[in-house]
Amino acid sequence: MTIELTNITKNFGAFAALDGVDLKIADGELLALLGPSGSGKTTLLRIIAGLDWPDGGDVSFDGENALKRGAGERQVGFVFQHYALFRHMTVFENVAFGLRVKPRAIRKDEASIRARVKELLDLVQLDWLADRYPGQLSGGQRQRIALARALATEPRILLLDEPFGALDAKVRKELRRWLRSLHEEINVTSVFVTHDQEEALEVANRVVVMDKGKIEQVGTPGEVYDYPATAFVHGFIGESVVLPVNVAEGRVWIGDQPLNITAPNVGGPSKLYVRRHDMQVGSESIGLRGAVRHVRSFGAIQRADIAVCAGGNETLIEIDTPRDHALRTGETVELHPRRFRIFAD
Amino acid sequence: MRGSGVVTAGSGRRNTLPGFGLTMGLTLTWLSVIILIPLAGLFLKTFELSFAEFANIVTSRRTLNALKISFGLAFGAALVNLVMGSIVVWALVRYRFPGRRIFDAIVDIPFALPTAVAGIALTSLFAQKGWLGAPLAELGIKVAFTPLGIFIAMIFIGIPFVVRTVQPVLIDLDPEIEEAAASLGANRWQTIWRVILPSLIPALLTGFALAFARAVGEYGSVIFIAGNLPNVSEIAPLLIVIRLSEFRYADATAIAVVMLIVAFLIILVVNRLQYWAQTRIPVH
Amino acid sequence: MSESAIALYSERGGARGEPWLARVVVIGLTMLFLTVFVVLPLVIVFAQALTHGVGAYLAALAEPEALAAIKLTLAVAAISVGLNLVFGLIAAWAVAKFEFPGKTLLITLIDLPFSVSPVISGLVFVLLFGAQGYFGAWLQSHNIQILFAVPGIALATTFVTFPFVSRALIPLMQEQGTLEEEAALSLGASGLQTFFRVTLPNIKWGVLYGVLLCNARAMGEFGAVSVVSGHIRGETNTMPLLVEILYNEYQFVPAFAVASLLALLALITLIAKTILERHLDEGRQVRDN
Repeated sequence: MTIELTNITKNFGAFAALDGVDLKIADGELLALLGPSGSGKTTLLRIIAGLDWPDGGDVSFDGENALKRGAGERQVGFVFQHYALFRHMTVFENVAFGLRVKPRAIRKDEASIRARVKELLDLVQLDWLADRYPGQLSGGQRQRIALARALATEPRILLLDEPFGALDAKVRKELRRWLRSLHEEINVTSVFVTHDQEEALEVANRVVVMDKGKIEQVGTPGEVYDYPATAFVHGFIGESVVLPVNVAEGRVWIGDQPLNITAPNVGGPSKLYVRRHDMQVGSESIGLRGAVRHVRSFGAIQRADIAVCAGGNETLIEIDTPRDHALRTGETVELHPRRFRIFAD
Repeated sequence: MRGSGVVTAGSGRRNTLPGFGLTMGLTLTWLSVIILIPLAGLFLKTFELSFAEFANIVTSRRTLNALKISFGLAFGAALVNLVMGSIVVWALVRYRFPGRRIFDAIVDIPFALPTAVAGIALTSLFAQKGWLGAPLAELGIKVAFTPLGIFIAMIFIGIPFVVRTVQPVLIDLDPEIEEAAASLGANRWQTIWRVILPSLIPALLTGFALAFARAVGEYGSVIFIAGNLPNVSEIAPLLIVIRLSEFRYADATAIAVVMLIVAFLIILVVNRLQYWAQTRIPVH
Repeated sequence: MSESAIALYSERGGARGEPWLARVVVIGLTMLFLTVFVVLPLVIVFAQALTHGVGAYLAALAEPEALAAIKLTLAVAAISVGLNLVFGLIAAWAVAKFEFPGKTLLITLIDLPFSVSPVISGLVFVLLFGAQGYFGAWLQSHNIQILFAVPGIALATTFVTFPFVSRALIPLMQEQGTLEEEAALSLGASGLQTFFRVTLPNIKWGVLYGVLLCNARAMGEFGAVSVVSGHIRGETNTMPLLVEILYNEYQFVPAFAVASLLALLALITLIAKTILERHLDEGRQVRDN
């Protein structure tokens, strides 16, 4: 099932939750919608599911207008952030719900329903919990039951809202791996929302980075990490060092100090973005230097706070360098970005 | 009316606040003086009767009829309140309409209005020449001074219970479970019937039991409109008053004990319900 | 094409709305039910009281009998609210701030009067203090009058209104926990100082709430008081009892005039209650943050 979103807008009062979003999702993809809270990612997911309606734009599934259909008619499985399990029903009845509410004409008989539920509980490896109530399950178990419930009706699309958000760190890691292998097994077009970059990069085939109701970048995890398209993406994904610079005729200035690097496509006041581990100390000079303020070491690296003079102002940056070259508090060091990006303000 | 549940929250750890012995002692003393000793006196009094005497009083035609009228009509009124209370609470919580806040506030009137005032107000409203009694009389329906009048008064007195016990639960109901049902293909009616209603059942039953208990014991708002004809429209509390005024204390006491035992059973049921609701369906 | 679909569904309120007709029916039934059963009874009290104009209404209230009933009602309410306020604070402290076995049972016992018929609440005191009661002979020989006098009325009223204050305070104080009190004690405050300076300010709206409901019930209590009062005109008639007597004598305007005062009290209580609930909710939100 392919999903195509065209120019989706959605306002909540004066707040623009989605501002002209275009997105194509290919069949069988495992796509992450990544962004900070308020970026519109959950609203987008709910619009795909039919739980919210856009103020403008189109949603189509396999080329067919999906907005004609209500949530129950879209063949979409939705896993809610807090699972939304029915607390008065057993695990078994929760999973069976979608099968039991089908119109009589297409409803399966009781034996087939039981068989299907059993199959799903096996799939999520929780068949031994069939008679428990949701209140008696752990967070990770609830999550998997919610997934089984969403899959029971054989949805053509699986949507997950912050699927790991409410779990503790250890369970979260296990479930990530499990979700990816489950997706390989069932191969349903899947979209999940997360604010956790690590989760998005690790689980998804493709990542959509959103901010303020707009899509900033769409790409594979490698692409969005290594080639951030915008300043926001660079800042949001990975740890970045940011320095205010000025670009004139391709030359980059920090304060009144010219830097020995070039920025062909930007001009005027800009920001220099460098991954924290890409900022090296001492090897060669490009004209960027700073005073070491504080150093702490752990494992193979040392982390240092360095005050960089940028014009009249001082900018404090945090960098990671190998421990072989020991930094001392108070010394002035040459800084050399191995890789960098410059974005105009 | 708020927080009708018996909640035991808080941590089990020992704490260092002072005054437990003193305040607990005073609490138990005061409770005993005002509540427990007087109630114990009531039970003690019934032990002055032999079992045969007790059975005789309780199974006399007039007593039995009074108990039947009180319990039967109270049960019916509580049922009406269960249904109407559900409708009212749904409208108050889920819909916005003109006057909603005022309607919400006046739900408590039956609780706040002194019962004697409610009694005479309902009587003149439903009397043969009253605002509602007159049109009903045209239809051949007589309310005041009939069992139907008792029924009306008992509905009135029970209104707040279902609404106020269900309201907080419905407000706190997670909207996601309705969305989950919808996305699983349930239509709105299936969602309400299979998902929302079962979530409200403990609160609904609690409200029902409270309304029932209140209506069974109700006196002031009922006696004016009841007609008070023995065996027809005489409620059990009135029979107690009548026996007292005849100085037949034993009779009054026996009826009271029967009513009390049923009231205790109702409390027990309500407590079990709340316990059941809290364990089977834990709040997060 | 998609635009009309959007309009259709947004009117339905997404996945959580009911069809238009169902809404109208539910709202209509709600308004009808509450109007018939609540609004009209309230309105008719004032309408009946004013049947013969304001003059007759005021004259009815100025009757010595009415004035005596008002005075007695106020006095009885003051006694029972005062007693239950003090007890309620003490009981709430013991129940809410400490853990002990049998706590649920104790709360149930405190709530007991809510489930006892008012008539039985009066009856128990007749059995204790009446001429044939357990203490009847002793009281008579010492010339102490409890039944058919103010003490009996106050006792029955206290019984009936017993749970109100503690019931308003226990959940509130449980929610608030004991951290602030422990902090005050660790700073050197005494137990009483802690109570008056830390606990009481935190529960002041709850206290008012309990007192308000307690007072409304105390002034309006009918069944229990009716059993113990003896109906001595001008002496042991509270306002609700006077309403009954006047009504049974077909003195409708005076009956409804006195009733209208009680109805007014109910209305004021409800308004104050709504305001207090807002304060209590605000306090709860502050704590949640």
